[in-house]
Amino acid sequence: MITDIELAKTIIAKRIAKELQDGQLVNLGIGLPTMVANYVPENIMVTFQSENGMVMMGPVPEKGKENMDITNAGGQPVTIQQGGAFFDSSFSFALIRGGHVDITVLGTLEVDQEGNIANWVIPGKKVPGMGGAMDLVTGAKKVIVASLHTEKGRSKILKKCTLPLTAKHEVNLIVTELAVMEVTPEGLVLKEINKDTTVNEVISLTDADLIIHKDLKIMEI
Amino acid sequence: MKKVVDKNELKQYLKDGISIHFGGFMVCGTPEGLVDLLIEMKLKDLTLICNDAGFPDRGIGRLIVNGQVKKLITSHIGLNPEAGKQMNEGKMEVELVPQGTLAERIRAAGSGLGGFLTPTGVGTSVENGKQKLTIDGKEYLLELPLRADFAFLRGSITDTIGNVYYNGTSRNFNPLMALAADMVIVETEELVEKGQIKPEDVMTPGVLVRYIVKEEKK
Repeated sequence: MITDIELAKTIIAKRIAKELQDGQLVNLGIGLPTMVANYVPENIMVTFQSENGMVMMGPVPEKGKENMDITNAGGQPVTIQQGGAFFDSSFSFALIRGGHVDITVLGTLEVDQEGNIANWVIPGKKVPGMGGAMDLVTGAKKVIVASLHTEKGRSKILKKCTLPLTAKHEVNLIVTELAVMEVTPEGLVLKEINKDTTVNEVISLTDADLIIHKDLKIMEI
Repeated sequence: MKKVVDKNELKQYLKDGISIHFGGFMVCGTPEGLVDLLIEMKLKDLTLICNDAGFPDRGIGRLIVNGQVKKLITSHIGLNPEAGKQMNEGKMEVELVPQGTLAERIRAAGSGLGGFLTPTGVGTSVENGKQKLTIDGKEYLLELPLRADFAFLRGSITDTIGNVYYNGTSRNFNPLMALAADMVIVETEELVEKGQIKPEDVMTPGVLVRYIVKEEKK
């Protein structure tokens, strides 16, 4: 187990960054997924989209240099890189639904072994709404879930989601601080584990049924 | 046609129970001066269509806190706790719509389309009550157009005949809403003479705009 949450998040972000390929258009969710941008390999060019209307989104500006007309999907001031573009919401979601976004990375409340994801509502408790998540998960070519392996001791990777779904059968890859798991027609395949854990520990901390890849690797981070 | 007016001249058109498309995304591109006007007029039972519920002290969030909204059609209310509270207490009806579907429903209304088919929401509660069609083996939901009585937009630069230019990400829903309402009102940060915006830079053509009010950033 990795108990340092900041370290866990860094491991997840670094590992997901290795999935990015030269020339891809990528959308990162707010929070942990945003950290992926810090670890893009130097030899490739990745274009980040923000669904409120830009590509080539850059980092958060220095204090005092904020322009409130350039914000991310969370409403926080960001910057745009040289070569970037702004557009309206209809165009932004044409990029998303139209299959032009190669990878979307998002956090979740629950994810399951069939690739179902639930991250927009806890009935009776918290109803933030889906924002752009349903379109992103449905439209992006590859959906990567970035999540801590457990929360309050309970597995976030389930046999079956219990909360209302964001989308059905759309998740491709789940990356936690302990493991990399791929959703396949046969089931959820454990492909990599962190060097500081064991297969047995991962199995004991996972509600979902795992198929152990015959060529199981150590997570490169 | 005189388009540039004082905010107070708009009061004659605004009544209890009207529906309004409000531009903006987490208040970036939201006309705050027109929010002020609705608060000052104490209008009730408003139906608002906006990407999100804003914040309690910014954007349309202020109208929600003030109890002036009967129905909100939106994609996200997470940063305005008052919106969730009023929804749970049954004081305000909230229709949550996936963001891309919301944008496209507004675009459809403004483009004379009777609806559109989207895969977004298939297999989720969003499909409840909607017609499902299978095209080339793939399932889609039929989503319907969304019009409003008014569109309240925020422009960065507007000329005196209503051509609008939007800075940065403040564009978002504004140009879509300009096509989908009976009366379009633009609040602009900067007002310039006709011809001062290059035709290539016009993002909303002035012919769509009925009234313009000037309101500097707070």
